[in-house]
Amino acid sequence: MTGYDPMTIWLVFFIVGIGTYALRLSFIILFGRLDDVPVWIEGVLRFVPPAALAALIVPAIISLSLGPSLGLVFEHEKVLAGAIATLVAWRTKRVLPTIGIGMLALWGLQLVL
Amino acid sequence: MSQMESQTNDTSVRNAFLTGARTVIPILLGIIPFGLITGVTAVNAGIPPLQAIAMSAIVFAGASQLAAIDLIGNTAPVAVVVVTAIIINLRHVMYSASIAPYFQRLSGPWKWLCAYGLTDQTYAVSLTEFRAKDYTPSTRKWFYLGAAITLWGTWQLGTIVGVVAGAQIPSGLSLEFAVPLTFIALLFPALEDRPTILAAIVAGALSVIAGVLPFDLGLVVATLGGITAGVAVGRRHGSFPTSTRSDEFTRDSESDADDEMGSTQ
Repeated sequence: MTGYDPMTIWLVFFIVGIGTYALRLSFIILFGRLDDVPVWIEGVLRFVPPAALAALIVPAIISLSLGPSLGLVFEHEKVLAGAIATLVAWRTKRVLPTIGIGMLALWGLQLVL
Repeated sequence: MSQMESQTNDTSVRNAFLTGARTVIPILLGIIPFGLITGVTAVNAGIPPLQAIAMSAIVFAGASQLAAIDLIGNTAPVAVVVVTAIIINLRHVMYSASIAPYFQRLSGPWKWLCAYGLTDQTYAVSLTEFRAKDYTPSTRKWFYLGAAITLWGTWQLGTIVGVVAGAQIPSGLSLEFAVPLTFIALLFPALEDRPTILAAIVAGALSVIAGVLPFDLGLVVATLGGITAGVAVGRRHGSFPTSTRSDEFTRDSESDADDEMGSTQ
């Protein structure tokens, strides 16, 4: 549960909202003044979705613990269900089957393991 | 748009709007569970229901909303929440630049409105349609708005239902696991070639190691690390920067690119 008070939550939402809107508006408004987006910016931005998504996925399944000794912390059910969902995502590239089969796999494994 | 154009285009405007709306219907199957999960996780993180609902209208970007909700739930520093969410949304600059030529002839207010509705899905279906078919600037705008408004309404409804249902869902169902599953489904279309695959692998590995960093900085560090790895291997193979457009900027801008990457490391 968050320790944020409602005012802080509003503040975060408005900053993120205005920032995101500025990103969306950027070239739609600038076009005609700037010639085009520099190719290298496009080249760098191309890596944002794969990098950010992978960095969101992995820690939700596996995390590192420093104490009492260095090691990886994970639940077998989530690792296996994640692997099954990865196969589904790879083959279908669709959101609904990935979530559906992944959740069913997790619930099934939680009953069995 | 002149008055004469507006009179003759009444039917084509309605058709364009409806075509836009119809085109995104299959995509809604993915948006509905994504919105539900966003609403559920927001209230479970301790965000008041009204604010959880307002978030979808203010931010209107699913992946960044989920990441922000997670960090807010951990009471991470405000700056970390903001920077993480903005980094995830950086890709919108790419969409903005790519779709801008099609909006060039719209008036200011329409540009501002269309920009608010710019999402992965609306961008993808609109660009495909504009490239394939001959639209006038006006019907183009209405196709786009048909897609954007349908997606927007679905996203808001999905979040509201999730917020309302969130309080009732037993925690034993591990519903929070649907969040990484959603991201797994979104990841695969983003893996276009070897450098993007490498960026994902490096970011994923770094995210585990960087998870021990203070202030929940792990996501930011891992994402920047993955981007750097992708750019580095792309440069080595001579495929950076990859673009569908002409490469006139490439040679001049390479030194700038070096400076920029240096400052983010």
